[in-house]
Amino acid sequence: MDFNSTLIGQTIAMIVFVWFTMKYIWPALDAAITERQEKIAEGLAAADRSQHDLELAQKSAAETMREAKEKAAELLDQAKKRHAEIVDSAKDDARTEAEKIKAGAQAEIEQEVHRAREDLRKQVSVLAVAGAEKILQRSIDASAQADILDSLVAEL
Amino acid sequence: MAETSTGYIKHHLQNLQACSTEQGWQFNTAENPTLCSGSRLDAVNVDSLFFSILLGVIFLWIFRSAAKKATTGVPGKFQAFIELVIDFVDTNVRDTFHGKNKMIAPLGLTIFVWVYLMNLMDLIPVDWIPSLAHAAGIPFLKIVPSTDVNVTFAMSISVFILIIFYSLKIKGVKGFSKELLLNPFNHWAAIPVNLILEGAALLAKPISLSLRLFGNMYAGELIYILIALMGLYQLPLHFGWSLLHVLVTFLQAFIFMMLTVVYLSLAHEDH
Repeated sequence: MDFNSTLIGQTIAMIVFVWFTMKYIWPALDAAITERQEKIAEGLAAADRSQHDLELAQKSAAETMREAKEKAAELLDQAKKRHAEIVDSAKDDARTEAEKIKAGAQAEIEQEVHRAREDLRKQVSVLAVAGAEKILQRSIDASAQADILDSLVAEL
Repeated sequence: MAETSTGYIKHHLQNLQACSTEQGWQFNTAENPTLCSGSRLDAVNVDSLFFSILLGVIFLWIFRSAAKKATTGVPGKFQAFIELVIDFVDTNVRDTFHGKNKMIAPLGLTIFVWVYLMNLMDLIPVDWIPSLAHAAGIPFLKIVPSTDVNVTFAMSISVFILIIFYSLKIKGVKGFSKELLLNPFNHWAAIPVNLILEGAALLAKPISLSLRLFGNMYAGELIYILIALMGLYQLPLHFGWSLLHVLVTFLQAFIFMMLTVVYLSLAHEDH
């Protein structure tokens, strides 16, 4: 264990090396590492955020889908209801129309009947008068008994 | 080359040294290996300094080129590897050191990588580079700087100075003196005892720090040399010892860094 100037030389070398490391090596590498760490942290945070965004988007898509389905169902319901209404109103219309036609036909029939009865009445009265004329030609003047005939006609 | 086992081992544990002699600056030679031995200021271990500075420059060059090309986007494999090392050191420093000091982490990184590279030289077979050097006319070459007590002590003493500096800076002269004088027994009469205990604890920090690294690496190197003496049997042994040493080199570098951070963290804690 001999000590000599090597000790001093080595000490100087060490001081220089430590100084150089402190000045030119450590700060640059440490800064690079720190900055990269920050970048990675940011990247991870961004990934998390986009994951979250994706979940939100999926949720809202599902929501929209559900709403659309509900709307479609509603529309279908409305259409069915409307259809039923149309069918009902058509039925009603048809029924009233039919009744109208029936009423018209009945009125016509009644008129016909009336007219026929009128005709019949006239013919019967004419026939009665003719019959009576024929009977009375043999006995009396027809004109003298006209009022009696009229009253007969009115009774028919 | 030395012929006997003792000579071989001695040769491998001898630094290439330069020192001032009566004939000016001279290297120690194969004929006179102990020319520069002894603790003296006018001698220097050329091989230790050369390899430690070379490895330090390699470390700075690798990390500096990574720092220059550093991108905040997707890193290349080289950058990813460098960042792995940075992150390893940074995590350990953050876990241990809670004060605010921009020097601790770079200091830890420098110590960790530098010591690790110096330790790794141990994995190069013990005869390769010394043999090459011998062919080039260099008599001795110890290529593992961390087996040189000068190198490890230089680092631990630097750390020790930082400990004292930050202790005084954070706690103030009063706080630091109090810590030395009134711990663990908080009574004025116990001041001498406290000073001995706390002083020993304080001094033990750099000494244990450097001796741990030096002892581990020196012993490891010595065992490599012993294994290299065994002829053909050295192959499996060398392999096994290298496997263990892959762990030891890393562990010692890590321990040196961690203890540095822990000691400086303690220096920053104001009670």
